[in-house]
Amino acid sequence: MPDAATLRGLIALGGAGAREISTRDHRLDLADFAARSAFGAARRRFAGRSVVLAVGDMAKAAAALIDLDGLARRILLCPPGFEAEKIAGAAALVEADGLAYDDEIAPPLTLDVALPVRLPLAPREADDAPRLATEWVLPTSGTSGPPKLAVHTLQTLVGAIAPAPLQQWATFYDIRRYGGLQIFLRALSGQGSLRLASPAEPIEGFLDRLGELAITHISGTPTHWRKAMLSGATGRISPQYARLSGEIADDGVLAGLAAAYPHARIEHAYASTEAGVVFSVADGRAGFPADWLTRSGAVELKLVDGALRVRSSRRALRLLGPGAPALTDADGFVDTGDMIALRDGRGYFVGRRNGVINVGGAKVHPEEVEAALNSLASVRAARVFARPSPITGAIVAAEVVLSDPTAAGRELEREIIAAARRRLPAHMAPAYIRFVADLPMTDAGKLRRHG
Amino acid sequence: MSIRDLVLEEIRNVAAEQDKTLPPLTEGLALLESGLDSLCFAILVSRLEDATGRDPFSSAKASEFPHTVGELIAFYEPLHA
Repeated sequence: MPDAATLRGLIALGGAGAREISTRDHRLDLADFAARSAFGAARRRFAGRSVVLAVGDMAKAAAALIDLDGLARRILLCPPGFEAEKIAGAAALVEADGLAYDDEIAPPLTLDVALPVRLPLAPREADDAPRLATEWVLPTSGTSGPPKLAVHTLQTLVGAIAPAPLQQWATFYDIRRYGGLQIFLRALSGQGSLRLASPAEPIEGFLDRLGELAITHISGTPTHWRKAMLSGATGRISPQYARLSGEIADDGVLAGLAAAYPHARIEHAYASTEAGVVFSVADGRAGFPADWLTRSGAVELKLVDGALRVRSSRRALRLLGPGAPALTDADGFVDTGDMIALRDGRGYFVGRRNGVINVGGAKVHPEEVEAALNSLASVRAARVFARPSPITGAIVAAEVVLSDPTAAGRELEREIIAAARRRLPAHMAPAYIRFVADLPMTDAGKLRRHG
Repeated sequence: MSIRDLVLEEIRNVAAEQDKTLPPLTEGLALLESGLDSLCFAILVSRLEDATGRDPFSSAKASEFPHTVGELIAFYEPLHA
């Protein structure tokens, strides 16, 4: 990737054709950024600041990123659903002194300089502030405890992106998460446009819109793709390239995509916020060739106790905050925590080492669900585990030891599920409960985990 | 209980648990217009697996997934390959 320094530079690389970023509700003409801004004339007030970016519609996030990169010292990119409490915690860690908030939503916190992100763009002043190497701070997608923040720069983020011919991109992802951000940057550095979903837009409507716009390249998680296939609307688009990432891509979803788009190149990619883009697999099969574990190059892999470690210039620079663990081991490898099984010359992803359950791309820590279940009077002990699902990859299941074992039954199962739903987001509440007499412990007195 | 009644009952159970409002369940109703989201479908498929001992989703290509309530019922009928 040529050195483009800032997002505006990246856009300029792609050339001056008619290019836009659009959601259902907003449309950004990339050429307009030369003289206009989502903050209008007030944009320069963010110069040198550490800015929390918390907006609803992705077009607003895109506009604010283009406005802030090179101007702000840091951007904290808040993903959708990042609650006010988490925003406040992360804002403290990035030493935030600026807030870019959605003009249609109340600001989530108070900071020195708070400006609404407004579309359409309004005239701005010429660039006279010194150009900074802005730090992009991305919360990792964990759900419990204080947020873990990974620091990137534009240079680390675009490491996997090569110059490309005209591509019209779309993604099911949110561009505020690593997988979607990669597509945002690919689109900006290329010659085409980018189409994004609006909040709560039905998948069929989105695919209809993408079909009318004749997109050629599209990405999403396996869960997004299964949902698209379930909708029966995959035929509304005919991409040349379809990409899967963010979850384990199994042979079923790959075969389904190959059948839906027989002429498209289909790739599944492996990436993480901490390690960056690691690799893409284009042979139509789940997993990856095992000899990739020993090859040298820009990205190097190794297995330690079955978990994948990655050494790459595309990784985050560091994790942020007092007491944040080191991002890499002594040899510069990031421990991904993703467990690999080797079979027949191929590596397969088999889950997370720490037992995090991935429900359609949302990570669930079993311990958090267990705590909620254990708080119920009827529950003596709970063990939470993943039950494989052909729809979302996994759903949350629990084994429960009752305070009163004679109360076991379908009625109590429903009561416990309903009580968990009142305490937890829907994807975290157990969908399935099995009553057991006892739960196994390790020698150290900890709950023994499945697998 | 017939497969049809079982599928319809579990759809209603999952919708009730997940606070989703269902339209009238006709054979032609598109699954994505039933008000159930991906998580609801995931739960539904796991319940049907427990009740029938079968998970036709895991063995089918995603392109063969059912799109309507009627197709979903047919998917669980014993004759379905």
